[in-house]
Parts: sequence; C-alpha cells; structure tokens
Amino acid sequence: MHLVVCAKQIPDPETPPAAFRIDSAKNEVIPAQGIAPVLSPYDAQAAEAALRIKEQSGDGKVTVISLGKESAQAAIKQVLAMGADEGVLLSADEFQGGDSYTTAHALAAAVKKLGDVDAVFCGRQAADWDMGQVGVGIAEELGWPSAIIAKDVKADGGSFVVQRVLADGFETVKMAGPAVITVSNELGDPRYPKLQQIMQAARKTVTTWTPGDLGLQPGEIGAAGARLKLEKLFQPPAGGDVQIMEGDTPADQAKALARALRDAKII
Amino acid sequence: MAQDILVVGELAEGALTPTSAELLGLATRLADGGKTNLVLLGSGATGQAAQAFAAGADRVLASDDAAYDQYRSDHWLAAVEATLDQASSAVVLIAQSMVGRDLGPRLAFRRGSAVATDCLRVEQTPEGLRATRSAYGGNAQATYSFNTSPAVVTVRAKSQDPIAPRAGASGETVALPNAGAARTEIVGREAAVSEGLQIQDAPIVVSGGRGLGAPEGFRVVEELAAAFGSDKAAVGSSRAACDLGWYPPSQQVGLTGKVVSPDLYVAVAISGASQHMAGCSGSKTIVAINRDREANIFKAARFGIVGDYKAVVPELIKAIKELL
Ligand SMILES: Cc1cc2nc3c(=O)[nH]c(=O)nc-3n(C[C@H](O)[C@H](O)[C@H](O)COP(=O)(O)OP(=O)(O)OC[C@H]3O[C@@H](n4cnc5c(N)ncnc54)[C@H](O)[C@@H]3O)c2cc1C
Ligand SMILES: Nc1ncnc2c1ncn2[C@@H]1O[C@H](COP(=O)(O)O)[C@@H](O)[C@H]1O
Repeated sequence: MHLVVCAKQIPDPETPPAAFRIDSAKNEVIPAQGIAPVLSPYDAQAAEAALRIKEQSGDGKVTVISLGKESAQAAIKQVLAMGADEGVLLSADEFQGGDSYTTAHALAAAVKKLGDVDAVFCGRQAADWDMGQVGVGIAEELGWPSAIIAKDVKADGGSFVVQRVLADGFETVKMAGPAVITVSNELGDPRYPKLQQIMQAARKTVTTWTPGDLGLQPGEIGAAGARLKLEKLFQPPAGGDVQIMEGDTPADQAKALARALRDAKII
Repeated sequence: MAQDILVVGELAEGALTPTSAELLGLATRLADGGKTNLVLLGSGATGQAAQAFAAGADRVLASDDAAYDQYRSDHWLAAVEATLDQASSAVVLIAQSMVGRDLGPRLAFRRGSAVATDCLRVEQTPEGLRATRSAYGGNAQATYSFNTSPAVVTVRAKSQDPIAPRAGASGETVALPNAGAARTEIVGREAAVSEGLQIQDAPIVVSGGRGLGAPEGFRVVEELAAAFGSDKAAVGSSRAACDLGWYPPSQQVGLTGKVVSPDLYVAVAISGASQHMAGCSGSKTIVAINRDREANIFKAARFGIVGDYKAVVPELIKAIKELL
C-alpha cells in the first residue's frame, strides 16, 4: 500500500500575536525573529494517520511531498523522522506566487508521477492561510473521492473507512481507494520521533522535482496559473479598551463586574 | 452592476437554516438588481420555498430527494452543477459549514475557477468582487479578487445580515433531479450534541480554558452559566481544554470549532489566542477572567478581572444571583 502525505512548511502558528507583523508593500508576513518555521500541525496529524495505516497493513510505504522553498526540506525530514519512507520536494521559481489551485495541481501531478498511490493524506487546512482546500482540490484534479476532517482512518481491503468530525457529531464514511483524506486534530497527538530516527532522516536524500519533471507548463503553476489574486494582507484593528475591575478582594471585583454588566444593560 | 448570484442553502430538520438566510441577504446586496437563485436539497426542500422567497430568493431550485439529507460530495456537486447550467451565476455563495468546506473547493475546481473560504466580508467594487477572510489564525485578514468565474465564496456564519423578511414574496420554483450515484457511502452517524441551548444560539456563552487546571474546573464554569440562566447561557471551551479531554469537542469555540456571537461572552482562564478569538470576536461584549494581566484576551475584552478563577468565579456567581 502506497500512501502519500502532503506536508507544508509554515510560520509557527503559535507565534505570539505581538510578534506577528505584515509587510504591507509585499502583502507578506514578516518572519518573526528567532521563531523557526514549522510543519503545519495538521500535516503532522495527516502523517500520523498514514503511518498508522502503514503499520496496520504491514507492507505499506509512505511518501511525503512538499511544495515550497529549499527550507521546506525541514518539514519533509520531520515526517521522514516520524517514519515516512521517501521525501519529494517540489521546488522551482516558477512555483512561486501560486494559489490553492496551482498547489493542488502540482501536488496532483506529483501523485500521478508516483503512479501507484492508494491514498493521499492532507491536513484539514494549512495553519498559515487557513484555506482548507488543497486536499479536496487534489481529489478533484485526480478524479478521486475524498473525505475531509477525519479523526480516524482505517484501511479495509482496497477501501478506506474514515470517521469524520461534523458540527454536531461524527460520521463514518467508506470509499474505495484511491482516495484523498484530510485530517483534523481530533485524530490525536502525532508521534514524536526518537533521536535515532531524526538522525536517520537527516541522512536521507530528498528528491527534488521541477515543473519540467512533472510535465507542467509555466502557465499552469505559480503566479501565472493562479485563479485567486491576493489584493491586500493586513492586520485587523485590535479590540477596545478593557476596563479592569478594581477591588481588594475577589468578592469586590466580582460585585463590581456584576454591577458593570447590569449598568451596561447586558444582564 | 446587476449580476445573478447562486446561493447553496442548507436545511436543518427540514427548515431553511439561519445561515442560509444570511447568505440570501448577502446575495440580494451583491445581485444589485440581478437574480438570486437558491438551490435547496433534501427532505422538505420544496416546502421551504416560501421562506426562501421571504428571505430574498427570486428562484428556488430544489429537490426533495432524501438522499441529499446527508451531504455527499458527488450528490451535491452534481445538483449544484445542474443548477449552474440552468441559472448561470457569476458568484456562488455557500456557508462555511461541513457542506461548504467540501463543496466550495470541489465546485470551484470542477468549474475551472477558484474559491475563497471562510469569508467575513464580500463586496462588489468598481474593480470587481472582493472577498475578505481571516488568515494566520485570525492574526491577519486577506482580501482577494478572482481571475476566473464563477467566483465561489464560502461565508462564515453570522458574518452577514439577513434582509427584513419580505412578507408574501413569491418567485419561481424549479425541480432538480434526484441524486445519482456516489462514491462515498455513509456507514454510521453518531450525535455528540450538548443538551438544551446550543452555544451558537445562546445569548450568553461562558467558556473555560486550560487555565482551569482540571476537568472539574468546568463545573464552576457551568455553575456560572446557570447563574445567568440556563435558558440564556451555554458553556463553551477552548481547544486546549477539548484536546485535554476536559470538555467535548462539540463545545469548542474558535477557528476550528464553532463560531459564536452572543451578547455576552465570558472567557474563564483562556489566554485569547488568535485562533480562539476567531470564534468569538463577533460577540457584543467580552468579559475575561484571567490571572495574567498580559493575557491577549484582555485586548479584546470590554471588562476584565485579573485574578484566580477559583476565587473569583464563585464570588461572581453569588453577585449575579443577588442581582438577577
Ligand atoms: C491551526 C490551529 C487552529 C486552532 N484552533 C483553535 C480553536 O478553534 N479554538 C481554540 O480555542 N484554540 C485553537 N487553537 C489553539 C490556540 O492557538 C491556543 O493554543 C488555545 O486557544 C489555548 O487555549 P487556552 O487559552 O485554554 O490555554 P492557554 O493558552 O494555556 O491559556 C490558559 C490561560 O489561563 C490563565 N490561567 C491559568 N490559571 C489560571 C487561574 N487559576 N485563574 C485564572 N486564569 C488562569 C493563564 O494566564 C492563561 O492565559 C488552534 C491552534 C492552531 C495552530
Ligand atoms: N505547499 C504545500 N505543500 C504540500 N502540501 C500542501 C501545500 N499546501 C497545502 N498542502 C496540503 O493541503 C492541506 C490544506 O492546505 P490549504 O488548502 O492550503 O489550507 C495542507 O494541510 C497540506 O496537507
């Protein structure tokens, strides 16, 4: 069984709001000083889901693919350290400035090139832009079925049984492979690689594929192929001035708050 | 500029959802004299046409086939594509719900176009459609334009106003075909809903976070909610508390949880991470109880108490009971 994990490197989503800055001329986030980029958290969970199936099936293989700059090697290595077998980086200047469509299109082309893939695992959304569409996009590009926001995935013969998180409960879906599955945090914590695995992963070579390797034309990818155009990236204004309740004891503070809520006709 | 808009509505227990009415309100504003088409799928769809016309729809394209009751991409995508073939629309609006998260990108990619997901504002400008959404966990907002058509937009619940109901409004109804084949099979369903008032509907939401220190902390939070009135207040939680297993995921507020916009939101021992605020920043008044004066939640709050919740909340329960 051949499983693919799509892994994106992003600025650390736990960056404190005070350290979050935007370059409004370039419509880009300014990397926060001293805070290294990370593997998007849901992608670690996607890897965890794929690795569980690999273990369950006994003879599985996991390939991790990332589209990004050279630095995205670190995200690939992290998934290799978790237990993935091979890594592929899609990297070239022509990929720059793309949107969810061009990303899905390129990742789908890479999956096609691998050839024998049974399932693709993505995060429910990349925790930088929070778009949540590349997984479904890959499925649409490949003509495969998909199940999104999974909390549990099991292989059952050639099919996948996916427990999905809904707004008011859970749903179990069965679909024949090949298929795309996007994974949510409800899956549980991803495994933490051992030092030895990290060292082994560091020595592994990551294959780089360019648009040419994937048979992609310049107009299909990057800024030239994008269908969505970012006009403006900005920081929303912060909220109002807080009134801190004074009082010598918790009881005084609590009474002051109750009175303030009453005076403002909120209760 | 007049343009036709397609809204993908949703039904809950056979009734048009409030979010669908919000989308129809937005569609009416964007249509600017053009037609607002509504697709409605599932048991009771046709019967909701009058409500849909009152909420702003000009034309309702519906199928009552029960196969649509539980969303499946293949079924819904075929129906919405059939609708677009009959009622060509420049803009497609879908809720950022469990339907929209899948259907939005599926439809956009199928039609060779793009989707902007989880949008907060959608405007028609002289330069074209502009959709603004939150990004970077709520730390930023991003405004997009579309190079392709139709522009598919999934819209965050409660971000749009419905129109004042148009009493007696009528319109055209078109029958859509029954559902065909689907590649996914739903083999099980399990409800995980809290009893009574739901957090999305409650005028007061009291939420607890990791700072409660233990699951028992939620008993105090529940007591505080009860003091406001069990018919008024519901209990939510941060993701950290849900991930720790202290409270059910169905009660999670935030970017990846529920979006609430109550009159009063009380955050107890919650730091106010951007991803949490994404789910509650639409609240009219935010109150924070936190022992750290520097916590981010105080930047969004109107009233705050700096202190240990274990000491403060029981006193607050007393004070509120005295007042109410
Ligand atoms: C992609 C992504 C999506 C996310 N989605 C969500 C989401 O939907 N919802 C969500 O909530 N989070 C979400 N998060 C997580 C978010 O970033 C925060 O980690 C989380 O909200 C923190 O929860 P918390 O405030 O309960 O915990 P903490 O950040 O640990 O804060 C606890 C607070 O309690 C205070 N405290 C401690 N003890 C006491 C005491 N005795 N009395 C009073 N105060 C006390 C502390 O001062 C602190 O401010 C997401 C994160 C990512 C990366
Ligand atoms: N540049 C990328 N490289 C690899 N995988 C990606 C990339 N962008 C998105 N993905 C995958 O698609 C998921 C959803 O991303 P998005 O639609 O951008 O929110 C992510 O969690 C990843 O699994």
